[in-house]
Amino acid sequence: MKYRDEYRDPVAAARLAEAIAGVVARPWTIMEVCGGQTHAIVRYGIDQLLPPEVTLIHGPGCPVCVTPVDYIDKAIEIAGRPGTILCSFGDMLRVPGSASDLQSARAGGGDVRVVYSPLDALEIARRNPEREVVFFAVGFETTAPANAMAAFQARRTGIANFSLLVSHVLVPPAMIAILESPANRVQAFLAAGHVCTIMGFEEYEPLARRYRVPIVVTGFEPLDILEGVYLCVRQLEAGRAEVENQYARSVQRSGNAAAQAMMTDVFRVVRRRWRGIGEIAESGLGLAEAYRAYDAEERFGPVGQRDADDGECIAGLVLCGERKPPECPAFGTRCTPEHPLGVTMVSSEGACAAYYRYRGVASVAAE
Amino acid sequence: MCLAIPGRVLSTVGDDPLTRVARVDFGGIVKEINLAFTPEAEIGDYVLVHVGFAITVIDEAEAARVFEHLERIGEIEAELESGPAS
Ligand code: SF4
Repeated sequence: MKYRDEYRDPVAAARLAEAIAGVVARPWTIMEVCGGQTHAIVRYGIDQLLPPEVTLIHGPGCPVCVTPVDYIDKAIEIAGRPGTILCSFGDMLRVPGSASDLQSARAGGGDVRVVYSPLDALEIARRNPEREVVFFAVGFETTAPANAMAAFQARRTGIANFSLLVSHVLVPPAMIAILESPANRVQAFLAAGHVCTIMGFEEYEPLARRYRVPIVVTGFEPLDILEGVYLCVRQLEAGRAEVENQYARSVQRSGNAAAQAMMTDVFRVVRRRWRGIGEIAESGLGLAEAYRAYDAEERFGPVGQRDADDGECIAGLVLCGERKPPECPAFGTRCTPEHPLGVTMVSSEGACAAYYRYRGVASVAAE
Repeated sequence: MCLAIPGRVLSTVGDDPLTRVARVDFGGIVKEINLAFTPEAEIGDYVLVHVGFAITVIDEAEAARVFEHLERIGEIEAELESGPAS
């Protein structure tokens, strides 16, 4: 596929890895923010191509992983009501709630439907006017404009049996939370390329200055990630802390204006709890006042406020880059994709799932 | 979750910028994609698609830049190797 395969060329990757080795003089720790990048790094063994001075640690960019357990429980409750249809992206189905998951809810007779696009959920509502259709709206800034569009179209075309259960999260507040943590080890960031495709990267400029941390907007293919690392290392070695754009084929400085306008129209910034991490101020999106009628919490009651008890799972530490999955005592033994103890072992973007899938249990020994 | 894949616009339908759609080819699989966030997208363009929406038109000149960069790295290495002694 054009604009994909050429960025997976192993010879070019090896040359970039050499170039990184050529500029690095001291040890550096770089965090990739996005779970999609984590997945590519582990899948293609990019971390193993890097010189020993460079350590990549994995960040919080898995929206599925950080969705609070109470939202999962609420989605399950809604799916179990007679006359309702719960629509969700496929990634959410196996995420454990406090007692069950959406897949089990479906097996137990709940009407849970997997959709590819939020507009598919809206279409289901249009075709089933006698049923209440709820779309489970999760994701980062990449997904928010699309989900906003479903609410916008519902209002514009008067589809009253449609609502959204919204648990959106925002990336920059999570980066700030990591930088301000006393345990922080991050010296540079690979910023999430598709989030920046929507938002641009102006909001990172004050962060780079204030925390003296290079931030390189980076794509998702192996060559993108290696070039992102190269640009980070070059800045770190030169003592610079700037925002650079590796992913310029998709990302412009001010982002996508039409998508931002849709987000601002439909959503407002709210505080949000992140599963495993805790509450982060101004780190989420909820529906704006004008869209209250489309809020599933208005129709079906508010979501609870408890924190998940995820037992021995240390996914929160994994999501903040403080631990790597093989450092979890349960990894590959008590916790596997078949019997996951935490969401990071379930989600296709979760770091634990990526290590298990591509490195196997042997990675415990290797780390 | 933030997965977005590149595809080529085969045709477009509609004038309303909010509901304009395209048929987009992803290496043989063709899907209908909403163009509300890429009003500039035209037939033949490559767009990056996420949950049924084109979120950007891929900039061809910038797309080649990674490889130009590699070339430059190659030249710098060659210079360093031949070195000041030569
Ligand atoms: S390996 Fe399992 S228990 Fe350990 S952090 Fe990952 S998801 Fe949690």
